[in-house]
Amino acid sequence: MQVTRRTFLKVCATGVGTSSLTLLGFAPDTALAEMRSFKLARATETRNTCPYCSVGCGILMYGLGAGAKNVQGRIFHIEGDPDHPVNRGTLCPKGAGLLDFIHSDTRLTQPEYRAPGSREWQPIAWDDAFTRIAALMKADRDANFEAVNQDGSTVNRWNSTGFLAASASSNETGYLTHKVVRSLGMLAFDNQARV
Amino acid sequence: MTNHWVDIKNTDLVLIMGGNAAEAHPCGFKWVTEAKAHRKARLIVVDPRFTRSAAVADYYAPIRAGSDIAFLGGLINYLLSNDKIHHQYVRDYTDMSYLVKDEFTFTDGIFSGYDPDKRKYDKATWGYQMGEDGYVKTDPSLQDPRCVYQLLKAHYARYTPELVERICGTPQDAFLKVAGMIAETAAPDRTMTVMYALGWTQHSQGSQMIRTGAMVQLLLGNIGVAGGGMNALRGHSNIQGLTDLGLLSNLLPGYMTLPGEAEKDFQAYLTKRSPKPLRPGQLSYWQNYPKFFVSTMKAWYGDAATPENNWCYDWLPKLDKTHDILQVFEDMNNGKMNGYFCQGFNPLASAPCKIKLSGALAKLKYLVVIDPLATETSEFWQNHGEFNDVDPTQIQTEVFRLPSSCFAEEDGSLVNSTRWLQWHWKGAEPPGEALNDQEIIAGIFLKLKAMYKKDGGAFPDPVLNLTWKHKQPTHPAPEELAKEFSGRALKDVTDPKDPAKVLVKAGEQLNGFAELRDDGSTACGCWIFAGAWSEKGNLMARRDNADPYGIGQNLNWSYAWPANRRVLYNRASCDADGAPFDPSRKLVGWDAAAGKWTGSDIPDFKADSAPADGMGPFIMNPEGVARFFARDMMAEGPFPEHYEPMESPLANNPMHPDNPLARANPAARVFKGDWESFGSPAEFPYVATTYRLTEHFHTWSKHVRLNAIVQPEQFVEIGEELAAAKGITAGDHVRVRSKRGFIVAVAVVTKRLKTLTIDGRSVHTVGIPIHWGFKGVARNGYITNTLTPFVGDANTQTPEFKAFLVDIEKLPTRLQAKA
Ligand code: SF4
Repeated sequence: MQVTRRTFLKVCATGVGTSSLTLLGFAPDTALAEMRSFKLARATETRNTCPYCSVGCGILMYGLGAGAKNVQGRIFHIEGDPDHPVNRGTLCPKGAGLLDFIHSDTRLTQPEYRAPGSREWQPIAWDDAFTRIAALMKADRDANFEAVNQDGSTVNRWNSTGFLAASASSNETGYLTHKVVRSLGMLAFDNQARV
Repeated sequence: MTNHWVDIKNTDLVLIMGGNAAEAHPCGFKWVTEAKAHRKARLIVVDPRFTRSAAVADYYAPIRAGSDIAFLGGLINYLLSNDKIHHQYVRDYTDMSYLVKDEFTFTDGIFSGYDPDKRKYDKATWGYQMGEDGYVKTDPSLQDPRCVYQLLKAHYARYTPELVERICGTPQDAFLKVAGMIAETAAPDRTMTVMYALGWTQHSQGSQMIRTGAMVQLLLGNIGVAGGGMNALRGHSNIQGLTDLGLLSNLLPGYMTLPGEAEKDFQAYLTKRSPKPLRPGQLSYWQNYPKFFVSTMKAWYGDAATPENNWCYDWLPKLDKTHDILQVFEDMNNGKMNGYFCQGFNPLASAPCKIKLSGALAKLKYLVVIDPLATETSEFWQNHGEFNDVDPTQIQTEVFRLPSSCFAEEDGSLVNSTRWLQWHWKGAEPPGEALNDQEIIAGIFLKLKAMYKKDGGAFPDPVLNLTWKHKQPTHPAPEELAKEFSGRALKDVTDPKDPAKVLVKAGEQLNGFAELRDDGSTACGCWIFAGAWSEKGNLMARRDNADPYGIGQNLNWSYAWPANRRVLYNRASCDADGAPFDPSRKLVGWDAAAGKWTGSDIPDFKADSAPADGMGPFIMNPEGVARFFARDMMAEGPFPEHYEPMESPLANNPMHPDNPLARANPAARVFKGDWESFGSPAEFPYVATTYRLTEHFHTWSKHVRLNAIVQPEQFVEIGEELAAAKGITAGDHVRVRSKRGFIVAVAVVTKRLKTLTIDGRSVHTVGIPIHWGFKGVARNGYITNTLTPFVGDANTQTPEFKAFLVDIEKLPTRLQAKA
């Protein structure tokens, strides 16, 4: 199969974002020499975006194991996407360190709880955390929800709990968060755009 | 950004001011290098520090932190008095001929309508003279003393090069050199791009700094053209997207605004936000507001949103005030808040005045932190020695820390600084038990919903009826959410000109916001994103980087809002007859034969409006033109005026030395008790400014080994003169104090920070990077925002991180920072 690098990437782009040369049933020939046919050819390539600054550089993440059920994929290499019209394959020192962010020692791996006055964290199951948080929210909302203000106007707001959203999270997360926060009547709502 | 990263290659001149793209946005800065190499473009950097952007500039001018309006006002004066403006552009596309109310005045630094007790303006006089025909009165000859041109000229005549030197410390010859280079771009075939960032936003008068920059660009005819524009280099990867989606106290998606508590009447709410044109023949696109609003409510509340209940208007919370982050921490500190959520946000390190923040968090009943990393905020209650010296047993806040996935472990879209919605794909599972943000939000919400369903409670309707159409309710999929905000037809959408013609069938995804309706037949969660996921598929995932016109317009790469157009206001790149001012950089033009606007970009205009119709290019403004006179839209006045930062090395504002009300921004909000937290120059003589390093990203990358290796330890930067005066040598440990606390760091002594002469005295600057804290793999350090003042811009409430006062002293013994 004769493909140029560009049409090859288009083939990949039409489907899902990940692809594997071996999965597609062919190995690249000379036109694809720059694809590093050794370690990376066996890897799954996934397109992503640097999550730090607003240049929005395209990145290629290479992982092993993804795709198969019950096999943990592990990203082992990240580089700039040469087809991206802005960064054209380059990354700055922040983007170049992304692999170490994914595998950082200080990544959180389990829900934790700190009781009033306590000096330490204790693990908590997800379901218990959700239940406890929802109960705290409901108690506070039911006690402090303002349906009308002193002038008798309908205001339907809940000002005693607030929410800070993350401007490194996706639009999809942001949209869902906004819906939930407003449906509860929260006004104390902000994101890093302010700071 | 009005323009985009690749478009920078089309410029003739780059002004970097209030930013440092070479270090903070390196891969975007590459396009400056490209313009320099291939177009012989030149680069000017104006900054308190000789940054790495300055290091590759053709010209660098120093400036005192916080004095940018004086500098830019000086530019306006220079352009007007030397007649270096783009005459056609200014005449046809701005408000220069509009007449302003006679009652509008400006006296010794204060505009008409000021109430010093409330620190607020009554803006009734800040408007136009209206004719009997309902339109603004104009004087095309620009001779009327009340026209915007005459008022503007008089206002900025005071900003002489001498004054710029006195306030900014920029030597007059340096200022004039910069002004001369910038003035050359008034020619129709020359342009300049302005690249700014937090160096303009993080001031008590930040919004007005940006406005002044935009006014310079308008005088030069540099807005809407290839290689031009006002380019805000936003901080985070999706700060643009979250702003677009309205995740701010007073916003709804797509820059719609929440009602205030006085807005009881739904129709009046809509009418106020749908302004009629202020001049004949203008589009005033916000007149479509009802379509955007109703479609959002249909997306959120589905069948529950009906014409009878005003599409659930009363389900929205009504504002008593804006609850921005400073207001919220003020309320928290006063015991008015019980709960707080921090989703990927580390306010203890990112908001000003750590001591106030820490005390406020300790008054909460519960705090929920959702983050991939262990943030300082999540451990505000824990003792981390000198870096966070608190007693946990005294803090009663319940804290939950919920692990979320990171970018590599999810699908979704981010909006970069240039309004491109770029899709990304999941490459691995999150570690351990971590879930993605959507699952966490769903987990909490669905529990809450079940409790309301079972037990009832305060106003459960919006909670019970919120649209939740997900195959797996506990796992709302990014694809489902993207389709929801992009929008679909609930009933057949027909052509208003020909009702028999169906544009979109019921159930199909919409092609764009032109298809939105206000009768409940469309649902769209964010109107400006409409069409991002149409029946053609997920356009955000497009990866064709073809550039058929050769000017860097990659229209088939991802999806840009609005309507995939890449350069905003691009109609303004053509003269009144629709011909490009510079044909070699054509974005759009009027094609008389075809009867429409065509070109290398999607026209930011009514596509079939002929030039003879006289429609102005700024279609979102009811004027149809750009405004020098901001009417009542800014908190501190229709024309930007220089005020000193809240903490300034000067006792008064050199522009109004005898009026203490005009010393600092008269409309900046200061909470009771915070006046005492501001320092005086007698006690804190040095100007401090905070900034980013190229190797780090806020307090995030200190968790990342590679970045912790290249910049392991907290430092501050001072100039050689200050170092000599204080007996500090490079490598010494120093203590930097403000009225609000202190940090300890290693001193870096450089030539990059020069002593400036301000109003006859020497002023030193201390530069303070922002990246350290007590969690992560880098060496532990102090939170920089221990030092910063609890005051923000009068419009946006963005904190004044870029100009405040400190003192600095050498520490006798080296303190050993904990590893
Ligand atoms: S690699 Fe650097 S320039 Fe590119 S998006 Fe990431 S932080 Fe920004």
